[in-house]
Amino acid sequence: MAKHGEVWVYAEQDWDILKEIGVELLSKGRELADTLKVPLCSVLIGSKVKRHADTLFEHGADKVYVCDNPSLAHYDTVKYAKAIEELVERYRPEIVLYGASPQGRDLAPRIASKLRVGLTADCTDLQIGNYKHTDGNEYRDILYQIRPAFGGNIIATIVSPKKRPQMATVREGVMPTPSRQDGRKGEVIEFKPSLNNLKNITQILKREKTEKRVNLKGAQIIVSGGYGVGSRDGFNLIKEFAAALGAEVGASRAAVDAGFVEKDHQVGQTGTTVRPKLYIACGISGSVQHRAGMDQSAKIVAINNNPEAPIFGIAHYGIIGDLHEVIPKIIEDIKKRRVD
Amino acid sequence: MSDFLMVVLVKQVPDTKNITGEAMKEDGTVNRAALPAIFNPEDLNALEMALQVKEQYGGTVNVISMGPPSAVEVLKEALYRGADHVHLISDRTFAGSDTLATSFALKQAVKTKFPDVDIVFCGRQAIDGDTAQVGPQTAEKLGIAQVTYVEHIDALNKKTIKVRKLIDDGSEILEAPLPVLLTVTNTANEPRPFSAKRLLKYRKAATEFGLHELLSNYPQCKTTEELKEHLKKKGLFIEMWNARDIGADPDQIGFAGSPTMVKKIESITLTGSGFKEIPPTDEGIKDFVAELIEDHVW
Repeated sequence: MAKHGEVWVYAEQDWDILKEIGVELLSKGRELADTLKVPLCSVLIGSKVKRHADTLFEHGADKVYVCDNPSLAHYDTVKYAKAIEELVERYRPEIVLYGASPQGRDLAPRIASKLRVGLTADCTDLQIGNYKHTDGNEYRDILYQIRPAFGGNIIATIVSPKKRPQMATVREGVMPTPSRQDGRKGEVIEFKPSLNNLKNITQILKREKTEKRVNLKGAQIIVSGGYGVGSRDGFNLIKEFAAALGAEVGASRAAVDAGFVEKDHQVGQTGTTVRPKLYIACGISGSVQHRAGMDQSAKIVAINNNPEAPIFGIAHYGIIGDLHEVIPKIIEDIKKRRVD
Repeated sequence: MSDFLMVVLVKQVPDTKNITGEAMKEDGTVNRAALPAIFNPEDLNALEMALQVKEQYGGTVNVISMGPPSAVEVLKEALYRGADHVHLISDRTFAGSDTLATSFALKQAVKTKFPDVDIVFCGRQAIDGDTAQVGPQTAEKLGIAQVTYVEHIDALNKKTIKVRKLIDDGSEILEAPLPVLLTVTNTANEPRPFSAKRLLKYRKAATEFGLHELLSNYPQCKTTEELKEHLKKKGLFIEMWNARDIGADPDQIGFAGSPTMVKKIESITLTGSGFKEIPPTDEGIKDFVAELIEDHVW
C-alpha cells in the first residue's frame, strides 16, 4: 500500500477552454508527486471535456479524473464543489492544488469548509518537508505552503499537518509551464458525482468578455512607468521605449491613479503579477505592493533620479538619473545597433 | 418595498497598503504594531452595497465584526455611514483562528442571531491576509448560495437575486437563490463618507469594554450598569457576543478549530543580489546595453 495519497491538480476549464493555470500547476505538482513517490493527477470537470485529458498527460499528469456531465457544462460553485468533494472522499488524495484564479478562489474554500480541511490562499511556492508540532509530534512529508502575507511584507510558511487532503490555491504566473512531451499517455478515470437535488445552484444568464489589450502575463520584457514619469504625455516615452524593445507597457499604481495610463497596465498586488525575463522600472519608487507583483522577474533594471528609491534594493541594474534623459539614450543606442 | 434582512461582515485590519517610513524597522522589515488599524477597504464596498439595497428595496443593515475589543472602531464607522445595528464578536478563545475557524464563528453568529437573514455581504478579501476564503467558507457553513467578486446588484426579490460578477476576462450576470452570501469588489461602488449627524450621535457609542473609561463623562450615572442602561436607551450601546453567546463549540474555534498553522514567518528585506550601478552617461549606457545583449536578455 502506498504511504501517501496522490497529488491532485484542479484543471480549470471555462466555456470549454482549458485554462493555463491548471497546466502551469503540473510542473510544481510533478515535483511534489516525485518527492512523495505518488502519481500526479488532474481533476477535470465539465461537459465533453475528456479530450483535454491528452493535454494534461502531455504536461505531466499520470491520471486524469474526469467528471463529464451536461449539467456541469458551466462552472457553478455548488455543483463543482460537490464533484470534487465526492472524488476526494472516494480516492483520498494527499494534496489538492487549485489556481488562485477567480474560479479557484471561489471553489477551493467552499470545498475546504465542507471537508473541514486546511486551505492556504495564493501560494507562490510549495515544498515537502517535516513539521514538528508544538504538541511534540513530528509529521513527515508535509506540504509547506509558502505565501506572501501582510501586503507582501512577510513570507509565511503554512502547514496543515493533521488533515488530508492538504489544499492550497497557487498564484497564477508564478510557476513555469511544464514542457510538453508529445504523445505522453496516462489513465483516464471517469467519475459520476451525484448531482441530484442540489440546493443553492446559480444560473449564468449572460456573459460579457472584455478584450484585454494588454498582455502583461505573456510578456518577456516589460517596460513600466511610475509617478516619476510626470504626465500622460510623458508616458509616451515609456511606450516608445517598450516599442523599441518589443516589450509590453507596465505601470505602477501611482501612475495609474494619476491618470498617466490605463489601469490594465498596472503591475503589482492590486494589478497583474508578472515574471518576465526583463523588467525595466522607470520612475517607479518601488512600494511593497509594486515589488510584490514584479520581484520574481529574472532581471530588473531601475531608472530613477532618487538614489534612495526602494526599487534599487531589488534591482540588478540601477541607473540613477533623469529618465527623460536616460531613456532616449538607450533607445538611440538600441536603434544604432539595429542599423549596424 | 420588501424588507430584506442583511448582515455585513467586516474586519478591522492593519493598513498594509500605506506603509510609511515610521513603520519600517532599521533592518528593512515592517513593524506591524506601528501600522494604523483601519476598516478593511473592500468591506466598505460591501457595507455600501447593503446600504444601497436598503435604500432601493428596503430592509435592515446589521454589521458584525469579529476581533479584539478595539475593533469597535470599525463598527462605529459603520454606524457613521448608515448601518442600523452593529455587533462585536470578541472572545479570547477565538485567538489563533484560521479562515476555517473564523468562518465557523461567523456562521454561528449569523445563525443564532439572524436566522432569517436574506443577504450576507462581505468584502472580497481583507488586506492583511488577502485570502478571500472566509466569505465562501461562511456561505458553505450556513448552507446558502454564494457569489464572489460581485460588482453590482441588477435585480432583487424575496426569492432570487441577479448580480454582475467579475470573472477572469470580463463579467457574468448570475441569478442566485436567497439567502445568499455575496463578496464585493472594490470596483463595485464608491463608499459613502460619514454622515455628520450620525457621527455626532454615534461617536459616543461603546461596548461593555469601554464603559469604565466613559463613566466620568456621565455624572448622572454612578455605576457602569447605570451607564449601560443609559446608553442602551439612547441606542448607543454596542452589544458584544462571546463564544458562548453564539453557541460556538470550543473545538471548532481558535487554535483547536484551525487545521492550518504557521510554521515560519520571514520578513521581507530589501536586498538586491548582484546590484550594478550604471552611470547615466553615453558610455555607461552603451556598455549596459551591450551587457544585456551579451546575456541574451534582449
